[in-house]
Amino acid sequence: MAKFEPVLLKNLGVEGSRTLKVYRSRGGYAAAEKVIKEMTPDTVIESVKASGLRGRGGAGFPAGMKWSFLPPERKVTYFCINADESEPGTYCNRVLMENDPHQLLEGILIAGFATKTTVAYIYMRVEFHEQFHIMQTALDEAYKAGLFGKKIFGTDLSMECYIHRGAGAYVCGEETGLIESLEGKRGWPRIKPPFPAIEGVFQKPTVVNNVETLCCLPHIFERGVDWFKSIGTENSTGPKLYTISGPVKRPSCFEAPLGITCRDLIFGDDFGQGMLDGRKVKGCIPGGLSVGVLTEAELDCKLDFDDVRNYGLLGLGTAGAIVIPDDADIRQVLANIARFYSSESCGQCTQCREGTNWMYKIALRIALGAGRISDLDLIENITNNMGMMPGLSICGLPDGAAFPIRTIVQKFRGEFEDHIRRQDPGYTKTVLKRLNPAVYELPVLGRRPESLVGQPE
Amino acid sequence: MAWESIDRRTPVFAEDAEPVLSEGVKQKIRAFFDRYETKRAALLPALHVVQNTYGHVSYQAMSEIAELLEIPPSAVLDTLTFYTHFWDHPKGRKVIVACRSLSCQLMGSEAVLKTLKEELEIDEHGTTEDGQYSLLTEECLAQCDDAPCLLIDEKMHKRIKPESVKKLLSDAKNNEIGDHRSDLFDPPSEPAADTNGEIEKTSDVQEMKES
Ligand SMILES: Cc1cc2nc3c(=O)[nH]c(=O)nc-3n(C[C@H](O)[C@H](O)[C@H](O)COP(=O)(O)O)c2cc1C
Ligand code: SF4
Ligand code: FES
Repeated sequence: MAKFEPVLLKNLGVEGSRTLKVYRSRGGYAAAEKVIKEMTPDTVIESVKASGLRGRGGAGFPAGMKWSFLPPERKVTYFCINADESEPGTYCNRVLMENDPHQLLEGILIAGFATKTTVAYIYMRVEFHEQFHIMQTALDEAYKAGLFGKKIFGTDLSMECYIHRGAGAYVCGEETGLIESLEGKRGWPRIKPPFPAIEGVFQKPTVVNNVETLCCLPHIFERGVDWFKSIGTENSTGPKLYTISGPVKRPSCFEAPLGITCRDLIFGDDFGQGMLDGRKVKGCIPGGLSVGVLTEAELDCKLDFDDVRNYGLLGLGTAGAIVIPDDADIRQVLANIARFYSSESCGQCTQCREGTNWMYKIALRIALGAGRISDLDLIENITNNMGMMPGLSICGLPDGAAFPIRTIVQKFRGEFEDHIRRQDPGYTKTVLKRLNPAVYELPVLGRRPESLVGQPE
Repeated sequence: MAWESIDRRTPVFAEDAEPVLSEGVKQKIRAFFDRYETKRAALLPALHVVQNTYGHVSYQAMSEIAELLEIPPSAVLDTLTFYTHFWDHPKGRKVIVACRSLSCQLMGSEAVLKTLKEELEIDEHGTTEDGQYSLLTEECLAQCDDAPCLLIDEKMHKRIKPESVKKLLSDAKNNEIGDHRSDLFDPPSEPAADTNGEIEKTSDVQEMKES
């Protein structure tokens, strides 16, 4: 593969890339100025539609289309920038904000102009401390240079931009959860419709976009729609940041056109460079925890918005790969994943709250060496009965829980069964007794809980 | 669990309790009002400011925030208990937040956490006897390339090994980040004992103007 010239990361490693001066000297804010002075909001939306830019926040929804849902008659529009990156394995937004804060701000200017935004909020997770200070410094600098506030570039355009810090909740990354949290409430996702484009923050039309989606905008208008479309595959255009973590030689953030394979990402010289200490790959979660797992044999899966679906995965997600090495205990991996969702479910919907919790309890039981073969069926059964796909929940968190858990149980079933068969029955009994009695007495396929046997029905 | 209440051990505040929020802190909170359409939206920033200043958000502070934002105190409690980052009872001077998600676990975060617990002689959610450290675990901190990682207050510590934990804990400056700080959520710079008559008067005038 020919070496790919970085687009989004072009200022990575340039000295002083966080300052306005250096960013401008490398051609920064020229695209925003051109857009604001020479184009109209409608033509901007048309260009973004034509470029095929799809949201990088997980759902892959076309950005231009999202903007065109805004009602034509409106006085205020709010823009929320989703920087609540909390999907395990994902950190590309952090890299972007850390190294090139002005690129994001320029993207906000262009998107804000296209959507006639009055106020833009950057919703940033609170654990980003250093990144917050970097962004705030850059924002102050931009305000001073007249890039935000009133009369931007000497035109009539005015737009405010603030950073809003979250407080540690994964659901606040969901767009309506983010909106609720911004209003000073619990981050409970809202029932849709009404969609945020009609009623969002403070009941006003609102757009929510991911940081990386916005960072693509300056480049589209600097180099043109056709150039953007020439990168990537037909339905997945543009550059994408891939991140990789776990025991690989070079865990880091890389830029590549959409559509590289997972094997490239792990073993490619430009990317992960292979596994640490001669370990082998057992599996790989290619796009943030929520998409599901690929086995070693499936690593040739193309990482774009569509091909991943052929492997039973949810979608591309955020393209943050986690590599599971062969010496990892698959039961521990399952328990960790199940714990994540059970502790991050916001608790509004019964299926999600109870389903994620029970899956965690069962996964824990298996991990502690007290599993039963029927537990695997039970887990699979739960994953099929929660989430938005069967229409049982408000947001997509339980779907995000179902995919990794279901694919792990299905694709590594043999391994789980081996472990369970090798369990020492005496030990299993003591573990079960020590565990929460609720777990112990979980009725298994119609059998009465053991502690009730002998008692009247 | 995000939906479970965090801690209800702190007694509910007394009627005659002394006010906690200084005028400087209130002023900082008011500065957020013109960013949002409703005053309630300034709640998260307000809680950040109060927690950064006093180390935690007491029930008394919650009721004063409620007064400032013109919402019921129960609304403040409601919001506060949802988020894992706010606490309503005192914690140690430095708070350690260790990552427990998958990437970090695959890179050995469990061993690091075990060493941390042994060194500090506390369990998760505990505070050391001298009040120096509290220990929490959280899900992915978005620093997976440098797994396993942990936060001490604002400072991110990367690629921690069990052997390096002891050295890390003995470093007095292990919670300080670089020089590019922005003080938006930090304690106000004036001394805490600023609730004398003069300042209060000026702010009263200001409040009257606002309303
Ligand atoms: C449970 C859940 C968590 C999410 N977390 C994030 C997140 O941390 N960052 C993000 O950008 N999008 C996240 N999303 C996706 C957002 O809902 C939304 O699709 C995205 O911000 C839209 O931006 P885009 O169109 O630019 O992709 C999450 C979705 C769900 C269901
Ligand atoms: S699906 Fe789960 S996370 Fe989403 S709103 Fe319902 S309970 Fe909350
Ligand atoms: S898993 Fe620990 S930082 Fe992401």
